[in-house]
Amino acid sequence: MADTAMKSLGGVLARQGILVAFILFMVGFTLWNPRFIDIDNVFGVVRSSAILGVMALGVTFVVIGGNLDLSVGSMLSFSAIVVLDLHENPAFGPALAIPAMFAMTLCLGAINGFLIGYLRLNSLIVTLGMLSAIHGLTLTYSGGQNMDIANQNDTWFDVFGRGSALGIPIPVLIFALLAAILGILLAKTPFGRRVYAVGGNDTAATFSGIPRARVVFMTYMISAFCVATAGLIQASRTMGAQNTVGQGMELEVLAAVILGGASLLGGSGTIFKTVIGVLILGFIQNGLLLAGLEFYVQFVVTWIIIILAVWLDIATKRGKLWSPIA
Amino acid sequence: MTADTPALRLEGIVKTFPGVRALDGVSFSVLPGEVHALMGENGAGKSTLMKVLGGIYQPDAGKIFIDERETEMKGPLEAKANGVMFIHQELSLAQELSVAENIYLGELPRKSFGRVDWDTLYSRTDAILAKLKVGFNARTVVGELSIANQQMVEIARALTVDAKAVIFDEPTASLTDAEKVVLFDVIEDLKRQGVGIIYISHRMEEIFRITDRISVLRDGEYRGTLETAATNEDEITQMMIGRSLDLSRNHEHVELGPVALRVEGLSCGHLFQDATFEVREGEVLGFYGLVGAGRTEIAETLFGLRKPTAGRIILKGEEVTISSPIEAIRKGISLVPESRKEQGLVLGMNCRDNMTLPQVGDLTAGPFVSDGAEISIYDQYRDRLQIKSPSWRTTVGNLSGGNQQKIVIGKWLSMRPEVLIVDEPTRGIDVGSKSEIHNLLRELAKQGYAVIVISSEMPEVLHVSDRIIAMYHGRIMREFTAAEVTEDSLIHAISGIAGDAA
Repeated sequence: MADTAMKSLGGVLARQGILVAFILFMVGFTLWNPRFIDIDNVFGVVRSSAILGVMALGVTFVVIGGNLDLSVGSMLSFSAIVVLDLHENPAFGPALAIPAMFAMTLCLGAINGFLIGYLRLNSLIVTLGMLSAIHGLTLTYSGGQNMDIANQNDTWFDVFGRGSALGIPIPVLIFALLAAILGILLAKTPFGRRVYAVGGNDTAATFSGIPRARVVFMTYMISAFCVATAGLIQASRTMGAQNTVGQGMELEVLAAVILGGASLLGGSGTIFKTVIGVLILGFIQNGLLLAGLEFYVQFVVTWIIIILAVWLDIATKRGKLWSPIA
Repeated sequence: MTADTPALRLEGIVKTFPGVRALDGVSFSVLPGEVHALMGENGAGKSTLMKVLGGIYQPDAGKIFIDERETEMKGPLEAKANGVMFIHQELSLAQELSVAENIYLGELPRKSFGRVDWDTLYSRTDAILAKLKVGFNARTVVGELSIANQQMVEIARALTVDAKAVIFDEPTASLTDAEKVVLFDVIEDLKRQGVGIIYISHRMEEIFRITDRISVLRDGEYRGTLETAATNEDEITQMMIGRSLDLSRNHEHVELGPVALRVEGLSCGHLFQDATFEVREGEVLGFYGLVGAGRTEIAETLFGLRKPTAGRIILKGEEVTISSPIEAIRKGISLVPESRKEQGLVLGMNCRDNMTLPQVGDLTAGPFVSDGAEISIYDQYRDRLQIKSPSWRTTVGNLSGGNQQKIVIGKWLSMRPEVLIVDEPTRGIDVGSKSEIHNLLRELAKQGYAVIVISSEMPEVLHVSDRIIAMYHGRIMREFTAAEVTEDSLIHAISGIAGDAA
């Protein structure tokens, strides 16, 4: 029966929907413009997605744990500005600037984690507040000035953003390495299992002796660690930064995680899927540029595609395009 | 219409899902003024049948007749327009709105410019509420009502239309005995008005009290309809599960071990006061009382979810303080909680991961969770508890209630506790699984576990317990041995009547 065929197709889509969509999308765009799949172009996309990707890895933990992190964008600005400033400070230099910046960024993550994990405040409110607060903190710190590295030839600091090893750009290597480590942490360790449990049903997790507050706290620490790493790549790549370099990235990061198929309700998603989500987002934006559309159009189109993706995801799960009940 | 014309008739309903024939040619009918029980184990097809009737699922074959007129149910609104009303097991009321707004949700009476006609709304609602003899009015906010009264609001909603058939799906699941009486009166009223009633419940006692006929489903097939007056529990059970069950109370005598847990003067604010009891190895201690009597709260305190305000907990002869579930687990106390879906399981997780959740930190090889160790625990308890699940990868939410409950029990049994507390072990699960769980609890005692069973169902407490503690309003009223307890004395004790005598 056609109906059953639809349903089994729906089943495949529900399980592997994001991969199928990715492949269809790539094929479609390539047919339209063969330059799209050109090796240089593909590498360029992966490379320019690395910063977003690193941030999305951390946010994946937060989202699976049943929360949101909207503070990652302004946290990125903060970490980039701080590491650049300390780099220029003779008392620090690059070797001390990097750990100091990581420590400061992790403190911000700890504030998020404490408020949301231990005090059980709503993550949307807390991280939305932190978005604004960290932005203010960054501007206060920098006095509103942009940061630049004065003597760019006299430091090894550019290696994180501009370097390469074995012909692969360092940002891509960092992204891949971090994805592998965090992917294993999430999929293979007791901690990862607890993140899924807390996000899936925090009451049942508590009744199973899982320290819910600590698990949530840790997801925000991981998120902050990823932001610090992304901030390092960002600062190193441009050897300078504006106070607003991460502005709006929280939504792009969230988009990548959702495109990957993590549920905003928590309890589902994987690092692999998030990586695919990041790549899809990167290729969409790249495709739009190749199509000759103005840069700003991508904000509109990206979100149309994301909303379509979420709708298709839900529709395939319930087997119809629209339903009065969930 | 004569009384012989069915108010509602289903003919040869077939509904298949990928891989499952959920309904296989089900036919049955409900006469006006009849209470017709629909019974079957979980997964037998009752819910699917009701969803077909309510227009939520479209049948693959078969017909629905209302007053012998063939009717197609394309959606919930159509069902309502045809006079088929549902009282759902899980309440679907807007907590922030008034009773009147909930009852007329979607069809509030209007004045000019689309303004709501509040006067008409409230007077109409109060007229319906008067029929139900409830203690609240049209303006009461639903969130302030007890569960029982919220159910009354659902019933009132069914009365707003000229209902031909009303379906009650497990209506008494969260009602106290007194509230049940009110519900049964309402059903009696509906009956007199000539409404056909489908009553879905697992509780035999109610079925035999209020229904006229009983239809049984098994594995999606219609097994037959019997006159309630001409049958008995055994026959129905046999039709439902294809074998008979022994619910009698003949415990093998088990040699009791030392005291596993002793509680002295334990109190927790106004929730319960001065609880003193002990449970030995090899013994099942039953806690019986009304909802809100403090039984669950005692369990939660022993499990470290609540902080006691007074009293001592002595575990294996040693006084302990338990300030979190983690500590309780480490000290050998396990709790199978009252609400399977909210507290017991992560519904989106697979069977194995749910079962090993409390001990996943110990099932490791190096820093990683050991797949092999987890699967071996799962396999062991799947076999021991006869859990029916296609694979350990199956999402727990897709299992039947009975199998879900067994996963929760397996989860806590695999922790090898000193004391196993089981709160409402068989709430909302089918008879077959119910009796398996009862046997299991007895079996565990025989193996030397100290088991505490909390239940609102008297036959259950009587069946599994060696001793029974009756609670009323946060206090232990009386303790019975299995030999001396009678239904009457138990009812008196939990109603606070025997309080002075004890």
